[in-house]
Amino acid sequence: MSILRKIPGAIGSRFLTIYAGLALIYLLMPIFTVALFSFNDPVGRSNYAWASFTFDNWFTLFRDPTLVDAVGLSLRIALISTVIATAIGTLMAMAIVRYDFRFRKAMDLFVFLPLATPEIVLGASLLTLFVTLRIPLGEITLILAHVMFNVSYVVVTMKARLSGFDMRLEEAAADLGATPWQTFWRVTFPIILPGIAASAVLAFGLSLDDFVITRFNAGQVQTFPVYIYLKVQKGIPPQVNAFATLFFVVTVSLVAIGALMQRRRANLK
Amino acid sequence: MGMLRRHPALVPLMLLAPGLLWLVSFYLAPNIQMLASSFWSGTLETGFSFSLNNWTNYTDALSKYQEQYVRSIQYGFAATVLCFIIAFPLAYFIAFKAGRARNVLLFLVVAPFFTSYLLRTIGWRTILGDDSIILGPLKAIGLVDPSARFLDTPFAVIAGIAYNFVPFMILPIYVSLEKIDRRLLEAAQDLYASSWGAFRRITIPLALPGIFAGSLLTFIPAIGDFINAELLGNPGATMIGNVIQRQFLVVRDYPTAAALSFMLMVLILAGVTLYGRILGTDELTSKAI
Repeated sequence: MSILRKIPGAIGSRFLTIYAGLALIYLLMPIFTVALFSFNDPVGRSNYAWASFTFDNWFTLFRDPTLVDAVGLSLRIALISTVIATAIGTLMAMAIVRYDFRFRKAMDLFVFLPLATPEIVLGASLLTLFVTLRIPLGEITLILAHVMFNVSYVVVTMKARLSGFDMRLEEAAADLGATPWQTFWRVTFPIILPGIAASAVLAFGLSLDDFVITRFNAGQVQTFPVYIYLKVQKGIPPQVNAFATLFFVVTVSLVAIGALMQRRRANLK
Repeated sequence: MGMLRRHPALVPLMLLAPGLLWLVSFYLAPNIQMLASSFWSGTLETGFSFSLNNWTNYTDALSKYQEQYVRSIQYGFAATVLCFIIAFPLAYFIAFKAGRARNVLLFLVVAPFFTSYLLRTIGWRTILGDDSIILGPLKAIGLVDPSARFLDTPFAVIAGIAYNFVPFMILPIYVSLEKIDRRLLEAAQDLYASSWGAFRRITIPLALPGIFAGSLLTFIPAIGDFINAELLGNPGATMIGNVIQRQFLVVRDYPTAAALSFMLMVLILAGVTLYGRILGTDELTSKAI
């Protein structure tokens, strides 16, 4: 340890910078590969080896109807489950953060449990329930499942946002004669809106990308990840890479725009 | 509205009701059903019947798939350690050295989550392939033994798992480092502590809650994962997740599958409790906050 003690700050911090840079490259390399191979013109069916550059995959994005249906189903499930999960999760977070009731601690723990359960157990247990109750698997069971795992994420995100909320603003609104309804929509809602947006983006992304729970409860329907999984052996068409790259670019832009808007608003104040 | 004004205690209950109902129906009930199913006998064709005598489902499953449990624990542990080695210096850099680039770097850390989990893992297949863009040139210049294989090895599976869950390690560690009061470190310096001494006596202890949370958030999904073993590993070296998904979706032996999943959950809960005891995190968390 005496050697470590003598490492001057400069060398240590240079080393740290390089290490951090390498770690980031490690994190981003597969994303780069996915995007790169959307411009590949593969020889044969499998898109694992680089052959030659082409834009074709982007022009033939909608060629395989099964893929288009899978993307459509994924977007639909993500949209519906995000709306439901964000709404009921925000209400739950408000109850936990702002009210003192008898089972508050237990409630907090219960909401956290799905996050501490491996996905495979979440998916498998839901499947046993659906099988026992003879509920046919498909789009509906997927929406039920996606809302379930998203609610906990929304509650955790919203709790963090709500705990910084200045309650005196609502009291002030009430003192100035606003009804509870007006207070909620004109004071509370605008303040928590960025938190709601952040939760919704998170839920949408988690739903769109979920494979494990979906695989267990999809029955015969195919979402985008299930489509990819079923194509692994036969070869994944490069259009899949194009779709994935498109999703990535769209979400990243949305998050960036959101961050910029928040910064501008903060600057105006 | 009138009723709520007269009974204010009802307000939190009503806010909780929809979400609570959802979690009870689709989280709690399924887990109870799974426990019940693990005491079933019979097949999908003949129908299932429940009997407590079927506890042998557990012993049968355990003796048959012990190897996969052990392998999952080993891989999960190795991946968590690897995540920590990657995550701590990066989190430290972002918290203490990144300055204004901090938010951008944090965003890059979570960026992988915005692309498909399956495609990222398949991306590693492309990267680790025998003559891939990375390995091909390394083998050509002799840095890597030409006959070396990375795909289909435990190394590839562990690295894949670590890759997929490392953001869950980085973020909690970053949060706990970022919270450290910088004046504590200045005070240590004023009192002639070496930078290593300050790091060991102040930074590490205060980062422990983050390390604890991060290890759990990586270990739990790691131990139940089956995608990496399936896409990057050798078919002969499966994890417990591969067995569970096969039993549920291919073999459809629900009693065995339910017993296997339930044991996985008990294993994780026991591990979490034990780990918390060893680190004494309750006390640590209260001190750090």
